[in-house]
Amino acid sequence: MSPNARRLLSFLGILAVLIAMWEGYKWMGTATGGVWPGTGIGLPVRTNERSMPHTWDVVIALLRPARRGGEMLLLVLLRAALFTWRSALLGFVLGSAVGFGLGVLFVRSALAERGLMPHVVASQTVPILAIAPILVVWAGRLNVTRWLVVAVVSAYLAFFPVAINTLRGLRSPDATASELMRSYAATPNQVLWKLQVPAALPYLFPALKIAATASIIGAIVGELPASMPDGLGRAILNFAAAFSAAPEKLFASILVASLVGIGFVGVVVLAERVLIPPSRRLEDLSEAAGPQSRTLKEVVA
Amino acid sequence: MSALALRGVGKVFNPGSDQEVRAVHGVDLSAERGEFISVIGPSGCGKSTLLRLIGDLTPPSSGTVLVNGKTPARARLDRDYGMVFQSATLLEWRRVQANVELPLEIMGMDAAERSRQAAAMLELVQLDRFANHYPWQLSGGMQQRVAIARALAFKPSILLMDEPFGALDEMTRERMQSELLRIRAETGTTVVFVTHSIPEAVFLSTRVVIMSPRPGTITEVVDIDLPEPRSDDTREDQRFFELLTDVREGLRAVEDS
Ligand SMILES: Nc1ncnc2c1ncn2[C@@H]1O[C@H](COP(=O)(O)OP(=O)(O)OP(=O)(O)O)[C@@H](O)[C@H]1O
Ligand SMILES: [Mg+2]
Repeated sequence: MSPNARRLLSFLGILAVLIAMWEGYKWMGTATGGVWPGTGIGLPVRTNERSMPHTWDVVIALLRPARRGGEMLLLVLLRAALFTWRSALLGFVLGSAVGFGLGVLFVRSALAERGLMPHVVASQTVPILAIAPILVVWAGRLNVTRWLVVAVVSAYLAFFPVAINTLRGLRSPDATASELMRSYAATPNQVLWKLQVPAALPYLFPALKIAATASIIGAIVGELPASMPDGLGRAILNFAAAFSAAPEKLFASILVASLVGIGFVGVVVLAERVLIPPSRRLEDLSEAAGPQSRTLKEVVA
Repeated sequence: MSALALRGVGKVFNPGSDQEVRAVHGVDLSAERGEFISVIGPSGCGKSTLLRLIGDLTPPSSGTVLVNGKTPARARLDRDYGMVFQSATLLEWRRVQANVELPLEIMGMDAAERSRQAAAMLELVQLDRFANHYPWQLSGGMQQRVAIARALAFKPSILLMDEPFGALDEMTRERMQSELLRIRAETGTTVVFVTHSIPEAVFLSTRVVIMSPRPGTITEVVDIDLPEPRSDDTREDQRFFELLTDVREGLRAVEDS
């Protein structure tokens, strides 16, 4: 079996297990009247239709009209997702560019790294929910289209992993490689483009995967204070308000939102496949997260 | 004008601190163009540091270094140095040919000329059939030959080599030594060569420089008057064994002191 087929199979297998656990828990709760079997201890989550709709009901809800006589929910959500994805895509590109630029700046200047890195780290500890309305208000005065503002909120989340991993990647060539470049009397730009950037590519892609998912979250959250009527953010808010009446609709929008995120990461993975030979790929995110958390510790120390 | 002239060269790391190391001290050494100088001595005696002082990878604390009559910094900017380290340090994302072209690219040679030059160098180290391989597809010895081709590609006037064959097995090592001699005969490059191996030093060199540690300084210079050109027969020569003994005794004197 090819590795791709094996990956798909294990994905489907795990999906089936998750669905079975959801439905099993629901079935058990219904059978025992909401307690653990043989005890009087209540289950943590109620199993009725208002709390946990059947998985198939979620899928069926997608295929039904969102409102009476209206369009299919799936179409409504997909349109909202496309709208959000536009902001997220721009935010991803913007954030990645800024993150890459910061990485280059930091590797060039120890002073910039010492001065700016604490702020870069601090920026990620500020809740995005607080940042978003500020940006929206500021941009309102500047008369910027709102979806561009949302893109900036999304970039705010996306730039960080890229900056950290770019820096780490640019630093990855060993000392002898740098000395070799020195012996050729290479200019700083030649060192950057012929040694440091190619060496950083395997570090960059795991960061771009994180940035892709972060940019979707950023866009969805950014849409709320911007009161954008067309995106996934508003849809999720609406369905959350109507949760007790139609829980399957909220679950359906979560499903669509995560599919958008997965699709986005998939595009990055494809780009990685094209650009980086297998021998140089850092396969899983943990390898990217490992050095990243180490770098964070160095920053804090 | 000599290719290399060192006068009273010293290097102190972390001066004034409790980690102060006098790595190199009072070294006088000169070499004519085309000479092959080996530097040998116990571990930590400052061989690599000496090479790095010559190659402008670290500045001296005292004394003067002249390479082709210039400061090391000037010589480096003039691309006088080819360097080979113990690890080949090839760029893994570049094919063999592109690795050899790297210095030429940096020096602004045009693509056609570059590719011709790199191909000629790969032929010199007998790896022309592997031009399109990636470094990880080659053995350690082959990778080191690529590193040598890369160092020679821009025709540097002086080749600095720090234990370039240190990681190779004995058989490969001897073959590489013969190849290095052949290449040097073809190019006429001056070589400064750091090694731990007495036979390697004697077989390759016109002079062997023996260093002692703490502080790292030259204790003896042995002239190698073996007949040229050298071949595998040289290793069986009576004079070869005498010179091995000379160098070994020089080293023993260093280690006993
Ligand atoms: N960058 C540095 N900072 C501080 N000390 C150093 C540095 N480089 C070398 N030294 C010290 O200088 C001395 C000489 O080191 P060097 O690497 O030149 O020795 P070597 O003769 O090449 O040893 P080996 O045969 O093991 O390679 C050692 O005591 C080493 O600890
Ligand atoms: Mg050394």
